[in-house]
Amino acid sequence: ARVMLCRAALGRVGLWRGLCSSSRLQGQTGSELVDCTVTPYLCRLDTPLSDVPYVRDLTNEQRALKEKEKGDWGKLTKEEKLALYRLAHKQSYCEMRQGSSEWKTVLGGVFFMLGFSGLLVWWQRVYVFGEVPHTLSPEWIEKQTQRMIDMQVNPIQGFSVYWDYEKKQWK
Amino acid sequence: MFRAVLRLSSSGVRSVVKARPAYSAPLASRSFSHGKVETDEEFDARWVTYFSKPDIDAWELKKGMNTLIGYDLVPEAKILDSALRACRRLDDLASAIRILEAVKDKSGPHKDIYPYLIQELGPTLAELGISTPEQLGIDKL
Repeated sequence: ARVMLCRAALGRVGLWRGLCSSSRLQGQTGSELVDCTVTPYLCRLDTPLSDVPYVRDLTNEQRALKEKEKGDWGKLTKEEKLALYRLAHKQSYCEMRQGSSEWKTVLGGVFFMLGFSGLLVWWQRVYVFGEVPHTLSPEWIEKQTQRMIDMQVNPIQGFSVYWDYEKKQWK
Repeated sequence: MFRAVLRLSSSGVRSVVKARPAYSAPLASRSFSHGKVETDEEFDARWVTYFSKPDIDAWELKKGMNTLIGYDLVPEAKILDSALRACRRLDDLASAIRILEAVKDKSGPHKDIYPYLIQELGPTLAELGISTPEQLGIDKL
């Protein structure tokens, strides 16, 4: 029943299609099945001329235009030339090169998830973790540090090098 | 006239339309230990002949054009002229416009190549009635 409600709410579009945020899919109508037995139209910058034209099934008007194409091209109007171009090609080079703003969505999503994770970690720190071991308390650390100085821990390259034994203070 | 050569990549140099003499390099090519290296003129001639075939078919046009665009160069005006005429023989205006677009895209950052080519192809474009992408407005979004 829930699935049917969702289907009704989203119209023809399936549940997951409807949830998908990609704007590319929102404009699609008709069958989403692609006939894999025919050569597909490819719109690529490095392949200017595709094997098949973009629009294969021509209406009568389009067929008439194709007939006119066989004559003098100087007689075609600008709109007719544009129509012929669009019959053969889905996107112009300019349109192919145009990027999208999807990266902003992606970056925003990443930051949002990181922030949300941060909140979860904070909650976990407050409500889940117990007390820190007593060996990390200031008093213990003080005594520990004094012991390390007395033992001359790392006297050459670290720790005790920084303690001035004459003046009894850090350098 | 424009017999200078532009080094577009390190792998070799072919016939190319060039604008800035600063890039002028000696006719470097891959060093074969065998076989002859094709000169620019031979390359051009070969491609002009390819597109000049009177009964060229649509597949050959597409194959030729896609291959040519795959090379590391911008084709010379005479090759493009031959290709445009092949489009005319095949009654294919869309391909003719596409070829012009592809060549402009192929020039990449060298913005002066395309205007030069359009200038060279001017008479052909007028004769065949081919509009440039700029005239049709598809050079912008």
